[in-house]
Amino acid sequence: MSAFLARRLLIGLVTVIVASIVVFAVLEIVPGDPALLMLGMNATPEALATLRSQMGLDQPIPVRYLSWIGGMLMGDFGRSWTYSSPVIDLIVERGIVSLPLAVISLILSTAIAIPVGIFAASRRGRAADAISMGATQVGVAIPNFWFALLLVYVFAVWLRLLPAGGFPGWGAGIWPAFKALIMPAIALALPQAAILARVTRSAMLEVLGEDYIRTARAKGIPRRKVLWRHALRNAMIPVLTILGLQFAFLLAGTIIIENVFYLPGLGRLVFQAITQRDLIVVEGVVMLLVASVVIVNLVVDILYAVVDPRLRVKA
Amino acid sequence: MTLVKSVLAATALALVTTTSVFAQRTDLVLGVVLEPPHLDPTAGAAAAIDEIVYANVFEGLTRIGPSGEVLPALAERWDISEDGKVYTFHLRQNVKFHDGTTFDAEDAKFSLDRARAADSTNAQKGLFAAIDTVEVVEPLVLKVTLKNPQGSFLYNMGWGDAVMVAPESAATNAEKPVGTGPFKFENWARGASITIVKNPDYWGEPVALEKAEFRVIPDAAAAVPALLSGDVQAFPMAPVGEVLDQFKSDPRFEVVVGVTEGETILTMNNGKEPFNNLKVRQAISHAINRDEVIVGNGMGGLGTPIGSHFSPANAAYVDHTGTYPYDPEKAKALLAEAGYPDGFTATLKLPPPPYAREGGQVVASQLRQVGIDLEIVPVEWADWLSTVFKEKDYDLTIISHTEPNDIDIYSRPDYYIGYQNPEFNKVIEELGLTADEAKRNELYAKAQEILAKDAPVGFLFELPKIGVWDANLEGMWHNMPVQANDLTKVKWKQ
Repeated sequence: MSAFLARRLLIGLVTVIVASIVVFAVLEIVPGDPALLMLGMNATPEALATLRSQMGLDQPIPVRYLSWIGGMLMGDFGRSWTYSSPVIDLIVERGIVSLPLAVISLILSTAIAIPVGIFAASRRGRAADAISMGATQVGVAIPNFWFALLLVYVFAVWLRLLPAGGFPGWGAGIWPAFKALIMPAIALALPQAAILARVTRSAMLEVLGEDYIRTARAKGIPRRKVLWRHALRNAMIPVLTILGLQFAFLLAGTIIIENVFYLPGLGRLVFQAITQRDLIVVEGVVMLLVASVVIVNLVVDILYAVVDPRLRVKA
Repeated sequence: MTLVKSVLAATALALVTTTSVFAQRTDLVLGVVLEPPHLDPTAGAAAAIDEIVYANVFEGLTRIGPSGEVLPALAERWDISEDGKVYTFHLRQNVKFHDGTTFDAEDAKFSLDRARAADSTNAQKGLFAAIDTVEVVEPLVLKVTLKNPQGSFLYNMGWGDAVMVAPESAATNAEKPVGTGPFKFENWARGASITIVKNPDYWGEPVALEKAEFRVIPDAAAAVPALLSGDVQAFPMAPVGEVLDQFKSDPRFEVVVGVTEGETILTMNNGKEPFNNLKVRQAISHAINRDEVIVGNGMGGLGTPIGSHFSPANAAYVDHTGTYPYDPEKAKALLAEAGYPDGFTATLKLPPPPYAREGGQVVASQLRQVGIDLEIVPVEWADWLSTVFKEKDYDLTIISHTEPNDIDIYSRPDYYIGYQNPEFNKVIEELGLTADEAKRNELYAKAQEILAKDAPVGFLFELPKIGVWDANLEGMWHNMPVQANDLTKVKWKQ
């Protein structure tokens, strides 16, 4: 187990380092002068030069890369050029919106998808299977921003039950903040749930066809117990894989939903930072996301080993 | 029974309180498309900064009014010497910054010296270029001596980039702006909203609103439901495009189409073949059908056609749209005369705003009619600034020049348009030295005419300001003579 963990950790570390070089290099190549962007069309050349040196842009590229990496290792992500506040503060400010949103969506989608998948698998070929799989097909096909707008028109414009968007901040109280996250979470969760339900169903079907299930049933174990205890556990590997991928997506890939609900999340922070060429913020957030994807994968790998003891030996 | 009664009483009370609160509503939520990078108007070009703090949080010696006029602000009055070089500003008494420190001539001197210092990163440093010395004569009298007379000096001092700041707080204005205005900065929830509240110690007429929140709504699809649901009660620059008619027919909303200072132009690279040829530029001007471009500009088909680089809202405006009217046949003939009987191919770089991306499609199809084949290249804003504006690596582009009264850009050496005309430069130079209003308007007219004839760019239309707000709201600006959302006169109808 520890050799398994050590190898996974090493792979993760190499991934992070390679990613840091790629991220830094790509952002160097992207056209656009951050200082010019900040000062606009009427900037005088000397004002531009002053700002560039304040931003450290007059230093050679390797020096900037090393000071960036060195700073991050010491926990210093640098200071945003446009916001002129520490990058880490920006990430925390946005993270307290994105992380709860991702967690709520993930819980919601899992809570919907797994029962639906099991239910459909257990009634394979019957009407209930056809209806639930038809519904998930629709769920996969509907773009989430469209679904989000639909929710907004029904619950905000028409019924006026929920705010159309925005985020009051956790300081405004748990309930108002939570209320602002309900619709985005549903809009994010449903398409994810649809995919997850389909994966759960097919994984369950595969397992249900195995000999040991027949044996278990023949032993007289109740159907329900066989489904939840024997089949589900063995069907968890593909489900966990998809869950891991979905969580990584939910952390940063929610830019469209964040725009529809004008939520100040991480996705929008990166997007804004890219358009404003606030490279230091882009680099910081992307590295954090790379790290969290690596960590999520590591956790998923460990969970594989937990649900399937055979994997511990193989690794 | 008592329970029912008390419940009823509570409900009635609640109703009464809600109604009375409603009658004297003093809060307002405004939608803005772009979040400002920071809140210091003296250290960045972003219009989004001025759209929040100008006239609300910060004030200058002078200010620009709703029709683009220069009004007194922190300077109550001023004297100008005979030779037009010495401005003596008499500052207002009892003006305090939001942190409680007093505003006086020392602060004014500090603000001007800071903006024009060698290490200043003021985005409009040119506004202060004419200043020679700034002296404190008395605690409330400031003397500014110019190197040469400058007709637009008082106007320049009204820009957001020239607002008054205090030495104690100047360094932290980016995150926590401290000005002298009728509103104080309260809170900035980054990425979400910026809140300002009434300043109880304001020197002038107190504002009606107790609290105003600028909510950042970058997506057009989100702006519409935000207004419809009442979450946002005003969108001064509403990105609603084609949905505008829905708001027009809804009695709950007022839709006001005003003008900005944004001359939207098809810039041609004058420093490059074939655009250095006047006949080619004339041909392109003749090939453009402005009305069609406006219909397809992605802004609900709104906008005023222009024939030179000047805002129709300005008193000195002269209509030159007839100089090169839409005439594709004449365009073809001119191209043939210029040596391009079969036309030519070129690129058209389009920055992200809809007026460029969508209007550009229309322009490209119109030029194709006369044989000019354009390859459309969409570029990001940062990319546009570097490659087009700085490195002049382009053939054609579409852009709106939103700075007020900026006809002088055509006289700037090494400007991205590449236009050079000594006669035009002389007019602009004279304009800089002239303070007399009538004489200035005459010079402006001359400058407009030269540009209209020389057609350094294809003049398209003046960018509209499409404002949508609650019909019960009063005092919102209809036009946008400067980039600002001045809330000083805004209130809810009783």
